[in-house]
Amino acid sequence: MIRLPRLARAASALITPLTPEDFLALFNPVFSARQLRGIVTSVVRETENSATIYFRPGSGWHAHRAGQWARIGVELDGVRHWRSYSLSAAAGQDPAITVTDAGAVSNVLVRNTRPGDVLFLAPPQGDFVLPEHPRSLLMLTAGSGITPVMSMIRTLVPRRPDADVVLVHSDRTPDVSLFREELNELADQFPNLRVTHWFTEERGRLEFTAATLDTLCPDWRSRAAYACGPEGFLDDAEVFWAAESGVPRTDPEPGRADPGSLTIERFSTSLAGGAGHDGGLVTFEASDLEVEADGETPLLDVGEDAGILMPSGCRMGICHSCLLPLRAGQVRDLRTGEVHGDPGQLIQTCVSAAAGPVNLDH
Amino acid sequence: MTTTLTRPGALAASGHPLVRPQAARHLTDEQIAELGVELDAIRDDILAKRGATDAAYIRRVIKVQRGLEFAGRGALLFGRNKAAWIAGTTMLSFAKILENMEIGHNVLHGQWDWMRDPDIHSTTWEWDFVTPARSWQHTHNDLHHRWTNVVGKDRDVGYNLLRMDADQPWKPFNLGNPLYNAMLAPVFEWGIALYDLELPEYNEGLKSKADLKRDLKAVGIKAVKQFTKDYAATPAVAMLTGSGKQALYGTLVANAVRNVWAHAVIFCGHFPDGTDTFTEENVEGETRGDWYVRQMIGSANISGSKLMHLMTGNLSHQVEHHCFPDLPSNRYAEVAVRVREICLRYGLPYTTGPLPKQVASTWAKVFKLALPGKGHFRKGKPASA
Repeated sequence: MIRLPRLARAASALITPLTPEDFLALFNPVFSARQLRGIVTSVVRETENSATIYFRPGSGWHAHRAGQWARIGVELDGVRHWRSYSLSAAAGQDPAITVTDAGAVSNVLVRNTRPGDVLFLAPPQGDFVLPEHPRSLLMLTAGSGITPVMSMIRTLVPRRPDADVVLVHSDRTPDVSLFREELNELADQFPNLRVTHWFTEERGRLEFTAATLDTLCPDWRSRAAYACGPEGFLDDAEVFWAAESGVPRTDPEPGRADPGSLTIERFSTSLAGGAGHDGGLVTFEASDLEVEADGETPLLDVGEDAGILMPSGCRMGICHSCLLPLRAGQVRDLRTGEVHGDPGQLIQTCVSAAAGPVNLDH
Repeated sequence: MTTTLTRPGALAASGHPLVRPQAARHLTDEQIAELGVELDAIRDDILAKRGATDAAYIRRVIKVQRGLEFAGRGALLFGRNKAAWIAGTTMLSFAKILENMEIGHNVLHGQWDWMRDPDIHSTTWEWDFVTPARSWQHTHNDLHHRWTNVVGKDRDVGYNLLRMDADQPWKPFNLGNPLYNAMLAPVFEWGIALYDLELPEYNEGLKSKADLKRDLKAVGIKAVKQFTKDYAATPAVAMLTGSGKQALYGTLVANAVRNVWAHAVIFCGHFPDGTDTFTEENVEGETRGDWYVRQMIGSANISGSKLMHLMTGNLSHQVEHHCFPDLPSNRYAEVAVRVREICLRYGLPYTTGPLPKQVASTWAKVFKLALPGKGHFRKGKPASA
């Protein structure tokens, strides 16, 4: 039998500059030479505002480790938008993301996704993963922060009798609390999992104090702790652990998770947008340079003035030769005044100025 | 590329060039500024409307094109059968035209970049044309669209081969104008590949040896692939059915049809009677409004049916394309109504006509300018309703 890659190479001679995938995509949208895609296989409603989306990824995807996340692209009015979502399925299972409706992209995912839809994907990544060696764990989660931890619990608890997991999950009410029933069932069935649901509407905010933790999990100091949740929740956890645990906070090393240490997962690394005309600190990531720019100078000039070899063309916004990927921040279109910017978006540097801090992949 | 003029990130909103083109000299600086604002407003309006229906449009065109390409090439593999040969050659010709005009040209302009789809993007697209996409983007998007019709700056005025403007000095070589043009049409893609190497620029010291080497290598690789596909691989597979020779004739004809068509459409963009050319004084100090004026009076449209617009890649709306090169092509028709109205109101020429008339007009120019002297050309007439 002829191997597919060889057959594909031979076919390319007949269809260059297209690829065999370009033609296969006519029949099955999962094919693309440039862009990993997945087909939605089922959508399960979790709560009023959240859903789990199962998908079958095309080639180029690799199996996820419990706790990892993936970038998911969806189209809103013809424009592709990317967001990162934690995979909630156990390692070794078909991938699934659990999404809570909290913005334009997640809204479309939760409300309008149907089996057969195409999702654009980037392979799973992330260092918020289970420790390599067995040890007792304390999971602290709030809101949708349960998602990666759910993957860890599903992976670990049913398969490893020697596991020892305590989960404290904070959410507003039982109704909005993700995976509540499944967690309770798992805790009933497996003695190696203990679950505490903390509903803030009844008990108020979960404060990180020694007294609270001693009540919820008396041996917390000897456990490796994992936290995932909103910004404030994680900040509080970090401050508390730095002060109380006695284990110095070091740069995270995936899978290390010493007893007494805290591993956290943060999603929002977004830069605050400026008011439009303020300019801001421009970071050229690959060139390893930072330059303060005003709000009127095109980023192309900012880069060139800093001695960076910038791609350029017409310098008036018509030829698209100067496109660079935006990593973070917002830019202002000097022609229209529009302030815009999505991570990964290619921007025309010759007609875009910094609107607040800007991070460019160049 | 050295340029004497520098461009800011966006052109000035007010002011005036050193010398305003004749056709716009009746307008004051304020009127030109206003015209700039009106055209900017059209652009903003389309940007606000652009969305899912536009995305669906380009994907549909790409699907149809690939279907035609697949079916056409497939039919040619059985080209011994006359009906299969005719069907295959026709479908492949249409596929190649669609691919180059409505898809390739426009994707490479960045008209669909806003979708952020890496499969349909100016930075990733490669087309079924000998010249590599990146080389063409440089000479076309950057140089031609920036310096539209500025004699001495925009080398698309004659493509270094033809005398296409009265202000280009006559040389005996130009006697061959009609012959060169007739020879160029059926092999247009090879002409453009050669043009994109910018050999005159290299000889004038404007292009480095390293850049030329890079471009030569790129075009060499691309040319081998293109040549192999149409003239070796397809006939070779067709030999299985004893149709090798017929398949070769089919791809030759399809490429020639595409070349003649592209050549005709593209020549209708800036060479018919009524289009203006410009001097460097016209662009020095050009404002946003003046830039729009230059694009409008330097370009010509082709009138016709929806199918005609599709098959020309909407270059039948050359005027609108030059004002807004990165707006999606399916929007030019509605933009045209408004641009024409603006030309009418400001007393500016708006050149358009059916394909045969425009083609005849470009050929008349090719013949007239073969001879010394400036020829006689009708100036652009103010737009009429």
